[in-house]
Amino acid sequence: MTDVTRAEICAAAIADAFKDDGEIFGSPMGTMPMLGVRLAKLTSNPDLAISDGESLFLAGVPPLYAKGDVVEGWIPFRRVFDVVAYGKRHVMMGATQVDRHGNQNISAIGPFEQPKRQLLGSRGAPGNTVNNRTSYWVPKQSSRVFVEKVDVVTGVGPKLAREAGPAAAKYNDIHRIVTDLGVYDVGGPDDTVRLLSLHPGVTVEDVQAASAFEIHVSGDVPTTREPSVGELMLIREMLDPRGLREREVPNP
Amino acid sequence: MSKPSNKEMTIDQVVAELRDGMTIGIGGWGPRRKPMALVRAILRSDLKDLDIVSWGGADVGLLAEAGKIRSLTYAFVSLDSIPLEPLFQQARQNRTIPVIHEWDEGMFNTGLQAAAQRLPFLPMRAGLGSDVLRNNPELKLVKSPYADANGDHEEFVAVPALKLDVAMVHLNRADVHGNASYLGPDPYFDDLFCMAADRAYVSCEQIVDTAGLTVDTPVQRVLLHRTMVTGVVETPNGAHFTTCTPDYERDEKFQKHYAASTADPEDWAAFKARFLSGDEAAYQAAVAEFTKEQA
Repeated sequence: MTDVTRAEICAAAIADAFKDDGEIFGSPMGTMPMLGVRLAKLTSNPDLAISDGESLFLAGVPPLYAKGDVVEGWIPFRRVFDVVAYGKRHVMMGATQVDRHGNQNISAIGPFEQPKRQLLGSRGAPGNTVNNRTSYWVPKQSSRVFVEKVDVVTGVGPKLAREAGPAAAKYNDIHRIVTDLGVYDVGGPDDTVRLLSLHPGVTVEDVQAASAFEIHVSGDVPTTREPSVGELMLIREMLDPRGLREREVPNP
Repeated sequence: MSKPSNKEMTIDQVVAELRDGMTIGIGGWGPRRKPMALVRAILRSDLKDLDIVSWGGADVGLLAEAGKIRSLTYAFVSLDSIPLEPLFQQARQNRTIPVIHEWDEGMFNTGLQAAAQRLPFLPMRAGLGSDVLRNNPELKLVKSPYADANGDHEEFVAVPALKLDVAMVHLNRADVHGNASYLGPDPYFDDLFCMAADRAYVSCEQIVDTAGLTVDTPVQRVLLHRTMVTGVVETPNGAHFTTCTPDYERDEKFQKHYAASTADPEDWAAFKARFLSGDEAAYQAAVAEFTKEQA
């Protein structure tokens, strides 16, 4: 199958972030993370538990935003907090800002006392990042998103977690940052953002230009894999026939 | 035959029991099953300096814009299909809410649990390492008296009890004694709000006989027991424009109109004149008219 789009590359990269998780709750926030998590459940990790994003654990894998599926459990909001503390969960959240040390901000831009722009609030990020595996999805990487220092630390990176003591560091696990340009983790020196792979057609110079901090790069950086023919069929024909992915990540 | 107290009230009777400076918890979640009829009644009242505790939706936006809030405890404020609540954003960006407590979501749940259990705090990990602690310097840490497997005595956030003077929640059905059931997908945290409060008021779509609560509905859906509830109000469509599944879903057209109206002072004045200048019956009539126009 030809003409793989950037959005499809991203979907497979998100799916790969969940492939080794085993039997846990894969908890995506937003369209592309939901697509990736469902792709992982249909391919690399059938044990993954998924929900309708509201209150039901789904036994099947329906298309994005479809209603109606076999239900295998109940996961209302308050039970999500139990699972967060229980730890058998991997959440992929958005990030309005991410910094060199993998700290995330979804609260506010500018000073907290009087923000230039108020965003959602801290939501569950402080709790997620000290309790269960957390990844971030950034649909448009730029130096306004990859900032030197986030304005408000909502999601806690490994360095801050370690400084806050063993209760904060014990379960802190920032796993992947997937963007429209590449895939990262926080395995660089001093717990910094490290480039793991570049999407096809993207260079190290491109990702560095789209970041206000220096991204750690070591050796030859591999290219993010293309989804297989089977995966492309699942994405295009089954999970996202309306092409919502292309709206979130336009093809370059 | 003996019967428990009849606690049926009107919206205005509930609001007459509120005082300036009270801490008021508002049930529901974001734009879902909010006690909006009671919120609208507060907007019409002279109440001021309220300490609002809410998983925020338009309840927070409206109360902030009306200048009713002295302090706000929240983890997020959102309309879901419209991610950011515009009046809340304006209030934050213009710094019109004097005291802000932006917590982690799980902390919020834990604070309600502490209050419901009459404990001063409960420990948890959420908040450690994040700016929640820096932006809320009153939050303290507590050291575990027990060593973990590594011999460390971990330090946790001591989440203070979210003790409420009053809780306001909206459910699908209730009896006059204060037993109430939710028929939608999620209980949210409404029973915790009631147990965290000295007094709890439940508005509902429909008041039914006690037997009616379980005649066609599993008993597990009866979320509130009368021992938690002070007053009951029947307010059909009282959660509008938030969800009250399965009685009705969110009124997306109205919500869009609300959000769009906040962008311009004249539009907002017109919105208020049309929808918020009269009592609840006038509001519902204006909404019915709006719905007809949109059809």
